Amino acid sequence: MMQLLMSLRIAIRALRVNKMRALLTMLGIIIGIAAVIAMVAIGSGASKVISDQIASMGSNLLLILPGSTTSGGLRSGFGGTPTLTYDDAKAIKAECPAVSDVAPTVRGTAQVVYGNQNWSTIVMGSTPDILAIREWPLVSGRNFINSDIDGATKTCLIGQTVAENLFGDADPLGKIIRIKKVPFTIIGVLEAKGRSAQGSDQDDIIFVPLITAQRKLFGSQFPGMVGAILVKAESSDALPRAEEEVNVLLNQRHRIGPNKDPDFSVRNLAEIMAVSEQSAKVMSMLLGAVASISLVVGGIGIMNIMLVSVTERTREIGIRMAIGAKEGDILLQFLTEAVLLTTMGGLVGIILGIGSAFIVSAIIGWPTLISFQVIIISVAFSAAVGVFFGFYPARKAASLNPIEALRYE
Amino acid sequence: MNEVVRLESITKVYTMGDQQVEALKGISLTVRQGEFVAIMGASGSGKSTCMNILGCLDRATSGTYHLEGVNVSDMSQNQLASIRNNRIGFVFQGFNLLARTTALENVELPLIYAHKDTVERHERAQAALAKVGLAGRADHYSNQLSGGQQQRVAIARALVNEPAIIMADEPTGNLDSKTTIEIMGIFQQLNRQGITIIMITHEPDVAAYTGRNVVFRDGGIISDTLVERPVVAEIAGVTA
Repeated sequence: MMQLLMSLRIAIRALRVNKMRALLTMLGIIIGIAAVIAMVAIGSGASKVISDQIASMGSNLLLILPGSTTSGGLRSGFGGTPTLTYDDAKAIKAECPAVSDVAPTVRGTAQVVYGNQNWSTIVMGSTPDILAIREWPLVSGRNFINSDIDGATKTCLIGQTVAENLFGDADPLGKIIRIKKVPFTIIGVLEAKGRSAQGSDQDDIIFVPLITAQRKLFGSQFPGMVGAILVKAESSDALPRAEEEVNVLLNQRHRIGPNKDPDFSVRNLAEIMAVSEQSAKVMSMLLGAVASISLVVGGIGIMNIMLVSVTERTREIGIRMAIGAKEGDILLQFLTEAVLLTTMGGLVGIILGIGSAFIVSAIIGWPTLISFQVIIISVAFSAAVGVFFGFYPARKAASLNPIEALRYE
Repeated sequence: MNEVVRLESITKVYTMGDQQVEALKGISLTVRQGEFVAIMGASGSGKSTCMNILGCLDRATSGTYHLEGVNVSDMSQNQLASIRNNRIGFVFQGFNLLARTTALENVELPLIYAHKDTVERHERAQAALAKVGLAGRADHYSNQLSGGQQQRVAIARALVNEPAIIMADEPTGNLDSKTTIEIMGIFQQLNRQGITIIMITHEPDVAAYTGRNVVFRDGGIISDTLVERPVVAEIAGVTA
């Protein structure tokens, strides 16, 4: 312990003699550590955004898509042919205990007009459950009720983007807008939700009752059919059970025999989410890996300067050896110096890295996430770089012959 | 009196390329406790090689070396480092103090490698500096001291671990005649206190201050004489 303290004092003195050189040497480590921290912060920030966005779609979701029917040997792809109905959705809600909410949807784009304003947006026909499934509260007004759906009322809920574009600052509630020239009364305004995982504006949407959409807006080609059914499981634990129940029920309802291809597909959004998160993680690891190359370069710089330092101080090493320093003492002294350099560089690098992560998030608007773990790893890693790249020069110093070292000019 | 140093049939062979150079050709030498010996000879006579072996900086090719009755011929590098640290004090021609380091810290250095605690280091280093008359300069950096003062710091550093012998390698080679007398005075004074000193020099004037002259030539000892009446150096500025 005392030896270590002593070596530390000697190292500090040695570094102070060549302040500029120490600083420049450290710079390699500073930049390396700062780059690792900033890159990992940006990477994990991005991955958090992705998982937040996926979560904003709603959690514990199953997406049932119609499709892949075989007619006369011609197979269509998933979603190609509408095979799901509102009745399928009602049956799922009634008969699958692991399912809490079910929302069949049809969607399309439509021109919307209010007064002299008009706006093209996505119109989605659904049922009251859609808001629970999407975890999407209203800022004002009310949700649909079942009689709105079955009675095919001309009511609608509008997203924030639609509200801003048609009404500006005015209150849209109770106003009548025309969707494809059909008048609809606005009964509710949705909260802002932001961008989706794919980058589209989720608030650019109007919800209308399912039956209304089918009959008045998009229902012409396949009457009574729905585009997709969103199913929310009771909990994440119940999700696999819900998936199983939905599969069994729909196979039964659609009379799909064993060993036959179903005319629908059930997709687990949790799986999709896991894949997206995985790719974001890989991305952030990749960024970290690229940044750590600069750390290695910094380490080589340390080694270089330490070798110069050993040569310059050959005589000093000789004196110390003559006076009784053992090989281990000399080794420790130079190793301490290298580790001190890299650790100091590491600390400055952390500050710089956090700073630049903040600047990036302030300028580009990317969120950043700095984890305590990354900081600890960086400090440990920079010290390890010091040991690794300092060892060879220290070894070289310790193995000097004292007589020759003393004679060195 | 006790034998401090006992060399028996020491040879040292250097291999330079494919040539073998015999620097020491089987020398034997005994130094007793309290002697002040000058080792003399021209360059290439083997005196420096002998000094390196005596100082445990180098090992002989053959022969045995007993220091205070202990055979150090076959010791490992680390064991030799301990011997250098505890039993031998070095004084060099070029002073060899650490730059940008105070006199006190320079004197403390052997004690650091002997793992003494801070308080003991301070006390002993101060005492050693006082012995060479530099008590008041403890906080001066080595580059702020004159050549004579630097050499006195080096002597204090050599003394601080209470070694069996002080090995001085041309200690006055870089000093003017006045300072030479000053340094020789310190050596004589230390010698009178019972410290064994072996000094290399090629100057007969300097050797005249010692009690015994050993002359080397071509790797062997050609004469070994006691000095009847050593010159007494005028002591200037030294407090005993």
